[in-house]
Amino acid sequence: MFRILLITSVLTLSACTTVQPWEKDLLAKPSMALVADENEIFLDEHIYFSKEASTGGQGVGGGGCGCN
Amino acid sequence: MQLKNTQCLTDISTQTDNSDSHNKLSIKSKLTMATCALLQAGAPAAQAETGEWDVDTAFLYYSEADGRVSVFEPVVSATKEIDEDEYLKFKVVYDALTGSTPYGAVPTTTEQTFTKPSGGSNYTTPAGELPLNSSFRDTRVALGVDWTTPIDRLKSITIGGNFSKEYDFNSLAASATYAQDSSDRNSTYTVGLGFTSDEWDPVGGKNPEFTYMIDGNFDQGEKGGTDTKTTLDFMLGLTQVINRSTIMQFNLGFSDSSGYLTDPYRFISVLENDGTLTANLPTTESFPYLYEKRPDKRTRNTFFWRTVHHLNEDVINLSYRYFTDDWGIDSHTLDFRYRYELGGKHYLQPHLRYYSQSSADFFVNYLLQSDVASTEFASADYRLSEFTGTTIGLKYGYEMSDNSEFTLRAELMNQSYTVQDTILPEQQGLDIAPDLSAVILQVGYNFYW
Repeated sequence: MFRILLITSVLTLSACTTVQPWEKDLLAKPSMALVADENEIFLDEHIYFSKEASTGGQGVGGGGCGCN
Repeated sequence: MQLKNTQCLTDISTQTDNSDSHNKLSIKSKLTMATCALLQAGAPAAQAETGEWDVDTAFLYYSEADGRVSVFEPVVSATKEIDEDEYLKFKVVYDALTGSTPYGAVPTTTEQTFTKPSGGSNYTTPAGELPLNSSFRDTRVALGVDWTTPIDRLKSITIGGNFSKEYDFNSLAASATYAQDSSDRNSTYTVGLGFTSDEWDPVGGKNPEFTYMIDGNFDQGEKGGTDTKTTLDFMLGLTQVINRSTIMQFNLGFSDSSGYLTDPYRFISVLENDGTLTANLPTTESFPYLYEKRPDKRTRNTFFWRTVHHLNEDVINLSYRYFTDDWGIDSHTLDFRYRYELGGKHYLQPHLRYYSQSSADFFVNYLLQSDVASTEFASADYRLSEFTGTTIGLKYGYEMSDNSEFTLRAELMNQSYTVQDTILPEQQGLDIAPDLSAVILQVGYNFYW
């Protein structure tokens, strides 16, 4: 499964085009941030961490919780 | 638990608006992009103007149906640029939990009696109902600090620390993330490392694993004290500008936990072959429930992909996570948010989330008395069972003229569990793994100070 995901990722990346600095107006918008609302994602992660067996994926850090 | 931030990667030279409020927004965008710290805990939000605090506040109300768990959770985070491209961020979280929660026992056709976690008294569950412990209460306070500093024009490092305290659980965590942009700033590479040390101090002491519950009216015998677990996290990440309106993120995560990974409060119903509670117990003071036992090591791997795409006005944020661990759990998580611009700085954002996991190798709905002696590990924690989860929600946001933002969101979550073990004769007609549903409400307000 990991191998399939990695190969797919490389193929996806091969499709990217060079974007010049002056072409980044859309990418510069706050709504285009990977995480536009940090607290929302933080609270979602906390909820699902305590209700599911899976965790992680988006980063390292944070802290532990006795809820799981 | 983990959190993080991820923003990045565009060049700042396109920001040209000169009005006051837009100038501030421009700086906000600039810093968002320039920081490019992808992986760290609560990353340098990097949005405050120098000398000004960027304060994000949110209040969460989470409530499960049927009188189960309710959570009130306010969060405040504040970020400040203390020097050029150097940021300091503080975060405070408070949790208050109340309600009833299942500890692993299945419903039976007879009334059931359990010992409370404190060991000093009992509670009963009527026939046919899912046993819930109504004495579940906890509060949690968490503090986090992140410091981001540039190494040179394209490189930065973020050091983070977190501390949290509950009545019966303490956690201490540290992390470091290195981020490097390519010279054209179309790619950012990141490496993250995290370490977490947790300590359990269970109410009433730690129940010895795989021992029978003892009637609360009697001496609870020798119980353990505190116990610990540690987790080491490692992550590799790439964020890539795909084209003028699309950005993608790829993360690979590796996590290794060791120590006391058992849940100190959870237990398993021990049944006879016909589905009745066993009477074949070690002492007359024993109840037919066995405290669970999990392996003392766990390795987890994740693959995470996210795409953010700009349409004419609206923005799509789509992510997928594949998770696998050596407890036998595989999971798939799809998350979709669509920011629909209403005009006039108002927006609506529908949210859909789909989650599916397989069960842990040692998950059981119950144990047969005849199998107890030959079982090495077992847990009836529903979170280790096979299930699917769905969430549907809607968020409303309004960006005010002073550059502050108000948000409101309402969501419905549902989990539907698969029964793994055979339904025994006495269990016919009983729902031994009922669905869970919950409401999520959140109010947010972000401002500069």
